[in-house]
Amino acid sequence: MNWSWFHKLGSPPHLYRIAGGLVPWFGWTALVLVLGGLYGGLWLAPPDYQMGDGFRIIYVHVPSAWMSMAAYAFLAVSAAIGLVWRIKLAELAARNAAPLGAVFTALTLATGSLWGKPMWGTWWEWDARMTSELVLLFLYLGYIALHDAFPERRTGARASAVLALVGVVNLPIIHYSVEWWHSLHQPATITKFGAPSIDTEMLVPLLLMATGFTAWFATALLMRLRVAVVEHERGAAWVRALGVRNG
Amino acid sequence: MSTAAAVVRRDLILAARRWPEFALPPLFLLIVASLFPLAVSPAASVLALIGPGVIWVAALLAALLGQELLFRPDYDDGALELMALSSRPLAVIGTARVLVHWFVTGLPLIVITPLVAVWFSMSPAATQATLIGLVLGTPVLSLVGGIAAALTVSLKRSAPLLALIVLPLCVPVVIFGTRAASLADGGVPADGPLYLLAALLVLALTLAPFAVGAALRISLE
Amino acid sequence: MQNAAHDAEITVTDLACRRGERVLFSGLSWRAGPGAAVRIRGRNGAGKTSLLRLLAGFGWPDAGFVHREGAVAWVGHGDGLKSDLTPRENLEFHCALYDVPHTAVAPAIERLGLASVANLPCRVLSAGQRRRAALARLCLGSAKIWLLDEPLTALDADAQRVVESLVDDHGRGGGITVFTSHQPLASGLPVVEVELT
Repeated sequence: MNWSWFHKLGSPPHLYRIAGGLVPWFGWTALVLVLGGLYGGLWLAPPDYQMGDGFRIIYVHVPSAWMSMAAYAFLAVSAAIGLVWRIKLAELAARNAAPLGAVFTALTLATGSLWGKPMWGTWWEWDARMTSELVLLFLYLGYIALHDAFPERRTGARASAVLALVGVVNLPIIHYSVEWWHSLHQPATITKFGAPSIDTEMLVPLLLMATGFTAWFATALLMRLRVAVVEHERGAAWVRALGVRNG
Repeated sequence: MSTAAAVVRRDLILAARRWPEFALPPLFLLIVASLFPLAVSPAASVLALIGPGVIWVAALLAALLGQELLFRPDYDDGALELMALSSRPLAVIGTARVLVHWFVTGLPLIVITPLVAVWFSMSPAATQATLIGLVLGTPVLSLVGGIAAALTVSLKRSAPLLALIVLPLCVPVVIFGTRAASLADGGVPADGPLYLLAALLVLALTLAPFAVGAALRISLE
Repeated sequence: MQNAAHDAEITVTDLACRRGERVLFSGLSWRAGPGAAVRIRGRNGAGKTSLLRLLAGFGWPDAGFVHREGAVAWVGHGDGLKSDLTPRENLEFHCALYDVPHTAVAPAIERLGLASVANLPCRVLSAGQRRRAALARLCLGSAKIWLLDEPLTALDADAQRVVESLVDDHGRGGGITVFTSHQPLASGLPVVEVELT
């Protein structure tokens, strides 16, 4: 197998170029999928028999919730690769995935809260998933704060990678403990969004949105990586050739 | 293991010569707990309900209080470098430090807990479950805190960061600990959550040393 | 790791270190064999301590390699002494960490001239006495490579002579000493100078 592409990706100018080439592909895919998903979700899908039109917020809420967890998985895997093999690209990917994951988590909390007002009559319900998402948000913020607290970026990357891995072990425990705690305090609420059988007309737009969100995550991550690489390599000849401000 | 024994011996001697520092966490627990009747309600029914929760949260904060100084002195005076070069695993040395720290700060917290339980009109069953829970749970808090302390030891102002990192990771311990107390209070066996706490303790004892060792090595870069 | 089969050796190849945006040094290459004394020179902030830490294995270089044959004895910027322990207790703890019998402590205290304060808590010791206690660790164990960060700081003339004789003995036994210092070390060994600019 030819690994030269992999090594090329590790070199900053190539990464900058390849990421730049990929951004429009992912960007347009994201746009098309999200627009399609929104059209299907907001116009084509029938109203829910129980929740009426209020259910339509799941087209933002559920993909955000998926992405909040997928981004953490991505962050943890990148951080682990950076920690073990000391690959700079992986370190940058982990750090730059973190704010995106945090935003998805915040979006999940905000849409969940918006949904809760008409459904439960309250802006905040100590629902198990919402509580887990809240803790996940704290983990993201802790990761970012620890990473940026170090004067040396690479030391910060390694220290926060250890924290990310501790979080991976802890997240399932937190999730199940919160679910267990919730089941004891709230025995008979309707499980949110847990409709046993979901209509195809409702499901297809949801899948479109989820894929679109993933593509958007990739787009935003690549754009952030480009900036991070330029910032990190400031002063290198190829960056000066780009004509960016130095210093 | 002789390394661990040497570290434990040294830290116990140091603690004995600096004992007033270790009276602070229990004192902190007492003061925080005494604020709740004033802030919420002195009614026995209310206090008995919130008692275990108050004890757990205060214990968590009190444990956090001392954590910043877990590795700081050794880092500042260069002893940590000598430990790292000793070709003995930093994981063992660091974990020994964490456990001694639990012994001198966590254990006193547990010892004064019955007093707080009386303040909060907790039933004997709830008090007992809280105590067993603390015995199993506070070492977990110390080990998780030890990882965070090792990660932040080279930073100048680490206390707020330490809290941000440690507190979310401690959610399960607080849930299981308070649940055991409320089950016991209702006359139901509290075995379930206590076994879960024991499982967390085993998990933390197994995995935390690796994280502590790796974190200390990174902090020495 | 200790390896009796090999001679002590340090080889530095094309080493670079940067702190944030600043390159402290780059393209640094030198080699030291048995009996060598290496003095790292340079103005403040030139990266002397950073180089010494890389030699000890703390952190990774930004480019190049450090190859080291032989165990390390380290006397860093901090003395690593616990103020509430006596020099004797501090050294005994060191023995426990490095697998050295406690019987080595008494001669080390004697050699560094600490006998009169050996049983006082370190917090009452003067800066020079603390430095001596830190250097006494060199007499414990048989590490082939000594890395010393400003070993002569705060020492009076007598104590400086003691350090010089320690380094001499170490070199004659086939050991390597690498030290940073603003003042020269009047050692009987040929001193290799590594200049950081």
